[in-house]
Amino acid sequence: MNLGKKDEDSDAGLFFHIDKSTVLQEARAFNETPINPRKCRLILTKIVYLLYQSEVFHTQEATETFFSITKLFQSQDTPLRQMVYLLIKELSTVAEDVIMVTSSLMRDMNAKSDVIYRANAIRALAKITDSSMLQAIERFIKQAIVDKNPSVSSAALVSSLHLFGANKDVVRRWANEVQESINSKGPITQYHALGLMYQIRQHDRMAVIKLVQNYSRGSLRSPLAYCMLIRYACKIMEDEEPGSRSLYDLLEGWLRHKHDMVVYEAARAICDLRDVTSKELFPAVSALQLMLVNHKPTLRFAAIRTLSKLAMTHPAAVFPCNLDMENLITDPNRSIATFAITTLLKTGNEASVDRLMKQITGFMNEISDEFKIIVIDAIRSLCLKFPAKQSLMLNFLSNVLRDEGGYEYKRAIVDAILDIIYHIPESKEFALSHLCEFIEDCEFNKLAVRILHLLGREGPKTSKPSKYIRYIYNRVILENATVRAAAVSALARFAVHLPELRDRVKVLLTRCLDDNEDEVRDRAVMYLRIIDDEDLCKRYIADETTYSWPSLERKLVEYVNDEAAHSSAFDISTTPVITAAQERAERARVATAAAELAVPTLRSTQGGPTPSAPSSTPAARGAVPSAAGDAQAGYAAAMEKIPELAGLGSLFKSSKPVELTESETEYVVSCVKHVFSEHLVFQFDCRNTLNDSLLENVNVVMKLETSEDDDATALVQDKAIPIQRLIYDIPGTAYVVYSRPGGVCPTATFSNALRFIVKDCDPSTGEPDSEEGYEDEYLLEDLDLVTADYMLPSYIVDFKRTWEELGEATEVTETYALTNVASIKAAVQNLLQLLGMHPCDGSDMVKDKATTHTLLLSGVYVGGTKVVCRCRMVLGDDGVTLEVTARSPDQDVGRRVVDAVC
Amino acid sequence: MGAIFSRLFSRLWGSKEVRILILGLDGAGKTTILYRFQIGEVVTTIPTVGFNVETVTYKNIKFQVWDLGGQTSIRPYWRCYYANTDAIIYVVDSQDRDRVGTSKEELVAMLEEEELRDAALLVLANKQDMEGAMSHTEVSDALGLTSLRNRTWTIYKCSAKTGEGLTEALDWLVNVVSGGKK
Repeated sequence: MNLGKKDEDSDAGLFFHIDKSTVLQEARAFNETPINPRKCRLILTKIVYLLYQSEVFHTQEATETFFSITKLFQSQDTPLRQMVYLLIKELSTVAEDVIMVTSSLMRDMNAKSDVIYRANAIRALAKITDSSMLQAIERFIKQAIVDKNPSVSSAALVSSLHLFGANKDVVRRWANEVQESINSKGPITQYHALGLMYQIRQHDRMAVIKLVQNYSRGSLRSPLAYCMLIRYACKIMEDEEPGSRSLYDLLEGWLRHKHDMVVYEAARAICDLRDVTSKELFPAVSALQLMLVNHKPTLRFAAIRTLSKLAMTHPAAVFPCNLDMENLITDPNRSIATFAITTLLKTGNEASVDRLMKQITGFMNEISDEFKIIVIDAIRSLCLKFPAKQSLMLNFLSNVLRDEGGYEYKRAIVDAILDIIYHIPESKEFALSHLCEFIEDCEFNKLAVRILHLLGREGPKTSKPSKYIRYIYNRVILENATVRAAAVSALARFAVHLPELRDRVKVLLTRCLDDNEDEVRDRAVMYLRIIDDEDLCKRYIADETTYSWPSLERKLVEYVNDEAAHSSAFDISTTPVITAAQERAERARVATAAAELAVPTLRSTQGGPTPSAPSSTPAARGAVPSAAGDAQAGYAAAMEKIPELAGLGSLFKSSKPVELTESETEYVVSCVKHVFSEHLVFQFDCRNTLNDSLLENVNVVMKLETSEDDDATALVQDKAIPIQRLIYDIPGTAYVVYSRPGGVCPTATFSNALRFIVKDCDPSTGEPDSEEGYEDEYLLEDLDLVTADYMLPSYIVDFKRTWEELGEATEVTETYALTNVASIKAAVQNLLQLLGMHPCDGSDMVKDKATTHTLLLSGVYVGGTKVVCRCRMVLGDDGVTLEVTARSPDQDVGRRVVDAVC
Repeated sequence: MGAIFSRLFSRLWGSKEVRILILGLDGAGKTTILYRFQIGEVVTTIPTVGFNVETVTYKNIKFQVWDLGGQTSIRPYWRCYYANTDAIIYVVDSQDRDRVGTSKEELVAMLEEEELRDAALLVLANKQDMEGAMSHTEVSDALGLTSLRNRTWTIYKCSAKTGEGLTEALDWLVNVVSGGKK
């Protein structure tokens, strides 16, 4: 009812303060004879209003209401009948036995006279029908699809689209009628028929291509239908080999269509093509350019939005539109103006930057924080593109930093400055001084703490570190406890890195000992204690590494829950160590992933309504393995719940999922390999994509194929945990456990097959048709167990030192000629994948045209053996020559690593 | 003078519609009878899932006729439509000797309903055109009609297909609802 109150002024009036029980009382009027259509219509409207206000109707209430509404079928009043349909549709999901109106609806949809409500009856009928009834009404729907009246055939087509989800086979039989209605006169009918036709044919690639080509010749009258065709065409091209563009000419042709809608859709489709070339883009951009000067704001908006997106990847292609976009900066529609500015920032060349920045400064005051953030983001990327302009940009950023604004906005600015510092070292001192000024008067603790941390890290490396100390110490004097504590930590870093300042900082830290906040005092005490001891400093202050938090958390939980382990101390060495840089990268990745999720693109709607249902499961699962560590924690938690697997000890490593089937097959299976201290667990995630079959007792039969590795024979299959029931589209997981006595870690290949009992079932209910099933087997692709599966990537601070500590005595070297690898970059990627180790000292970054390279890797082999590895590569005429050298306390491990490359 | 009176009367009666239910087992011919009444033709029907409702005007009386589906799954919902019913037409398939017992059970259960206490009962022994059909006395015995107390009832033999007997049955109904009642 709250909602009702809110629109008190606007439309409530009659419906203000209506109450469910009163309305249901009034609904008794439905049972009267004769019926008063006006009165009943009003009551129905009230019920609909209540339903739209999310008022809950219980099943019984809904059913009673439904049955009294059925009595209104005695009245021939058209508006009343239409209201009745509306109610039937609304109640169809809540009330029971809604099929009671089937006959009446069928009579209405087949009414001979030209009553207006035939279409409404069809839509209501589709809502109340279930699969068992569909057979009975099939004939009538088919008739309605080809009905002469466009509204009737449209209704039948849309209803069929809705029915298609649960009754694919029945609806497929209507293809001929659907085909006929594509050629009908009504534009909307064509559009709906095309949509349904695509649903029916979508898995038949050739048929879809034919569909698109047939109707591209101008036989359709509906612009919407053309937009659909464009989307189908894109879908076809997406699945093609990279580089081939069979339908590009069609798209280009549509750029000259008479409807703006079609032109825009085609232009956007071209912009979204994978690996699009500038030649292909040219006509599309020209079309969009024309829209930029169109008088309709929607078109201008659509065009500028698309150009803005395109500018991220192909700024040069958008460049010709710059002049038009500059005019849009003064557009009365602020959304268009913002997009224009951000796009210009992306496409601008160095010369135009100054002029643009001037325009933006005036513009910033007129827009809201959300838009400002977009502009800030654009400026950040521009700055990274033209490092020479950094001082101009930083000036701008520090100016806006001083302006009024909310936390999100300020954070975006600080983020931008931090990014600039990170990528453009020359800007550092200038930027830091701006930030120092900002924290002098900063109302956001979080930002102050971040900046202090940054000052602590970067300040000591600047030419005049002492000047920052004053800013930092000011915070200790003036700020609240959180900021003071951060300031103390920052001060300590100066002391550690700059011996000449150490004594002066110590004086300041000593003053902090009198602070009235525990945290501040504790930090000061600790830093004063360790400041003079170089080793301690290195460990606690200068160390840039950190543990992978998700896996540390998981290991600690495991430890706390395991009573038996309490006798010994927690062993932190099995937790992967990552660098600060890595953590930053991970965070950035999570942030962009979140941003992508937050912006649902139109792409997802391309496949029509069907994909939404199945995609929910992968999305939910996709959320779990956001980071490698998180994924492993997720797996471990899942296996912990299975009694057969709970006793295997702690999980050392989980591989990435390996696809064992194509994604479009009857059963989709992927495998994750888990290494435990004495066991291997193969986790098979299976999905049944057939809606008319039910699998029971699904076992994965694994067989060890011949292996070159003698240790492989030691692997013994321990147990297999089947999936009891694999229902359509609900993923299930089967496990196979191998024991590896003595911790052997062989490489091997397994052949795999699914063995199960199939039962045919009703697609709509999922209930098996009979108890009888038959056994069947489904072959999967082979699965390789490789060295990388036993290897945990681990970061080490100083590769050179570790390398030398391990010494030449433990060294294993091998030289390979990689003839089928075209570049150093590819070779590095391959090695990272093959070995599963962590690249050190940024050695995974390869210049584009490098001819020689050295890749440094480190990792922890199963059992906790440290391995470091040096791979030297030379690019020759016939591929890459590679020398792999591994050093490890255990020479066997080194040998395994080196052998893994071949 | 007489003409004026009759018009007056018809308006009086026309203001209130007579509510009639057609019930019976599935396949008895209810929907066919309904449309025979309404448009006087034999229409092809499919099993009624739910109900059909039509208005039939006969001898200046407006009948609001509810034809409820007879399948086992739908019979429980008959009761939702009992209220305010003036008369029930109960249709029996005279050829279906096997299920006449079931038909009787449904009839008896229905007549026990409080809401139908005052409703008149017209039993139609349908499908008389078929060979081997029970006569209307046979049907009457099978349904135990003679033992009915406190109810205005009758039985007619008829055939929805040929139209035989339907006019007489309707005349009886008209007579009962327009004052001849009791």
